[in-house]
Amino acid sequence: MGSGTELGRVRGLGSAKEGAHHWWLQRVTAGANLFLMLWLMVSVARLPGYDYAGVRSWLSSGWAAVPMALLVVSVFYHFRLGLQVLIEDYLHGEQRVAALLLLNFFVVALGATALFAIVKVALGAA
Amino acid sequence: MAEFTLPKNSKISGKGMKHAAPADAKRVKKFEVYRYDPDKGENPRYDTFEVDLDNCGPMVLDALIKMKGEQDSSLTFRRSCREGICGSCSMNIDGKNGLACTTAIEDVKGTVRITPLPHMEVIKDLVPDFTHFYAQYSSIKPWLQTVTPPPSGKERLQSPADREKLDGLYECILCACCSTSCPSYWWNSDKFLGPAILLQAYRWLADSRDEMTGDRLDELEDPFRLYRCHTIMNCANACPKGLSPAKAIAEIKKMEAERIV
Repeated sequence: MGSGTELGRVRGLGSAKEGAHHWWLQRVTAGANLFLMLWLMVSVARLPGYDYAGVRSWLSSGWAAVPMALLVVSVFYHFRLGLQVLIEDYLHGEQRVAALLLLNFFVVALGATALFAIVKVALGAA
Repeated sequence: MAEFTLPKNSKISGKGMKHAAPADAKRVKKFEVYRYDPDKGENPRYDTFEVDLDNCGPMVLDALIKMKGEQDSSLTFRRSCREGICGSCSMNIDGKNGLACTTAIEDVKGTVRITPLPHMEVIKDLVPDFTHFYAQYSSIKPWLQTVTPPPSGKERLQSPADREKLDGLYECILCACCSTSCPSYWWNSDKFLGPAILLQAYRWLADSRDEMTGDRLDELEDPFRLYRCHTIMNCANACPKGLSPAKAIAEIKKMEAERIV
């Protein structure tokens, strides 16, 4: 690696040849979030009541459970993409790598828990 | 972490010198100018210059030249064309990056504070080190690259419509006002190319005669080189030539996306 000259340092290890997918998916998930959130707000507003049994039976229908699962996936993915950018902006070196790993673990763990809850309500005994 | 405070040896301290205007001056304007001398081993300071506006040209550069000529010959700054085409006298004037030669003194209310371009290493006074900036410019290969050999005995032709696509790009004078106003460039200038260099990169991506578009996009597609731009738009606000590097960067991102979608 030509670290002895200024141009060598700028050229560095070369381009990572990635970033376009990240940029595109951040926009796709933003659009998906918009529609799925709208769906959630309208659906919740239209529920006849908010007692445990009523909400549970609403979420156990495929028409609610599937968009709910999609919403969780889209929101968590969007969250990860966005926070990744923030970490890359402000942290450098080992801190950056550690924070990115933590972010991934956090998002996957929380997303999996949310998805498990939805599946449990949807497929569990009424 | 990103640095939110100045390093110890860059903090402004010490009493600045004061250069008073002549006693008979009627219209006096105060200038606070950043001074740093690498040979003295002292921290930077602000010197106050009082300038008689009745005896001075209208632009900030005129005042700087007058200060250097009449009050303190050690005042150091870059200047050349004095008409906004060379980009030498880029500096921060009253908190905004711009060219001293195209910024009117009367447009600044109160004391005029002049500092070097933000977040650059200072060589002396208002002169920042552009070595890294120029290396970044060089890295994007800012020249026409083709596979087709040149037509014998004549130039490569371009239609007026294709030529128009370079408007708003070719005018860039590489003064670095935009790059040094960009927070993303402040935090990650080691890898992020910054608005000026990315606008220049798009100038070649937009050229109908250039045949290395794919290679150029390959080199740019990088989380740091290109995608540190978060459309903060300081660049478009700072550009003394009225260009929009942010728009050029958006066009590059669209071209990158076009390859995968």
